[in-house]
Amino acid sequence: MSLDPILRVGTKLILPFILLFALYVQFHGDYGPGGGFQAGVITAGMVVLLAIIFGLKAAQRIAPKGLVERMIPLGVLIYAGTGVAGLIMGQNFLDYSVLAHDPSHGHELGIFLVEAGVLVTVSGTMTALFYAFVERGR
Amino acid sequence: MTLLAVVTVAIIYQRSLFGVVILASMYSFLMATLLVVLDAVDVAMTEASVGAGVSTVFLLAALHLIKTTEMGPIRRHTVPLLVAIGTGAVLVWGTNLLPPFGSPDGVIHGHVAPRYIADTIRETNVPNVVTSVLADYRGYDTLGETTVIFTAGIGVMLLLRGGRRRGRAAEEKASK
Repeated sequence: MSLDPILRVGTKLILPFILLFALYVQFHGDYGPGGGFQAGVITAGMVVLLAIIFGLKAAQRIAPKGLVERMIPLGVLIYAGTGVAGLIMGQNFLDYSVLAHDPSHGHELGIFLVEAGVLVTVSGTMTALFYAFVERGR
Repeated sequence: MTLLAVVTVAIIYQRSLFGVVILASMYSFLMATLLVVLDAVDVAMTEASVGAGVSTVFLLAALHLIKTTEMGPIRRHTVPLLVAIGTGAVLVWGTNLLPPFGSPDGVIHGHVAPRYIADTIRETNVPNVVTSVLADYRGYDTLGETTVIFTAGIGVMLLLRGGRRRGRAAEEKASK
């Protein structure tokens, strides 16, 4: 754990903005560059920074190991579930046009859901891998 | 581009793995800049965050677990050098058949791309074509990608943990 006050205060200041930027990249992905993959990696990067400066315990208080590990399959399930939802409502797998009244809105919703699935899996995997490396190194 | 070449040569001659990781991170960052110049902002963002960011962290974490100096060459590398030069020459020769860079009549621009660009707002309400292709038109591929990340993550975690448990069991056996 680092005791340097500049690093600690600086990190504290910058962490919420990293998370905000990740959310921006995620939800603005429809209009600008970005999407689930990038946002997931940025979120994981936030946890990594937190763990480097404040120690693993502080990071695991915010992102508990059990939660992070459950996020890995959860994201895939959200993605595949969106596909299956289209299947149940009488369309092809991963055809989003039936998810809302208007086909184009259905597509918008479907893209949002699968991007959320990607975000959950990517951030979960990256953070869990980081935890695994750190714990192995002790 | 010149900087990319310089960094690549530096990576080859660097013996300390720590230096290699830092140089690889630099390489990714330069690559991201190059992709921004080519107007591929989505890919540039991925390259900057994954290549320069998280993979550097993982490589450093892996270095923490192993020793950090590369071993000297065991064999002479004339044959691999010849193979590499041959492959490179064939690839350069192959680029002759590609359409000129940025040409609109390339084969890939005549297949489904015009339809995606023309219909994406009407069909999906999403102005960023990259997102709509990634998550909608080619949704199967992205599902596959997500599954790959899932599988890879699970695999690496099993390797890291399983090894430790076996080590501990061996220690217990030895102490008995």
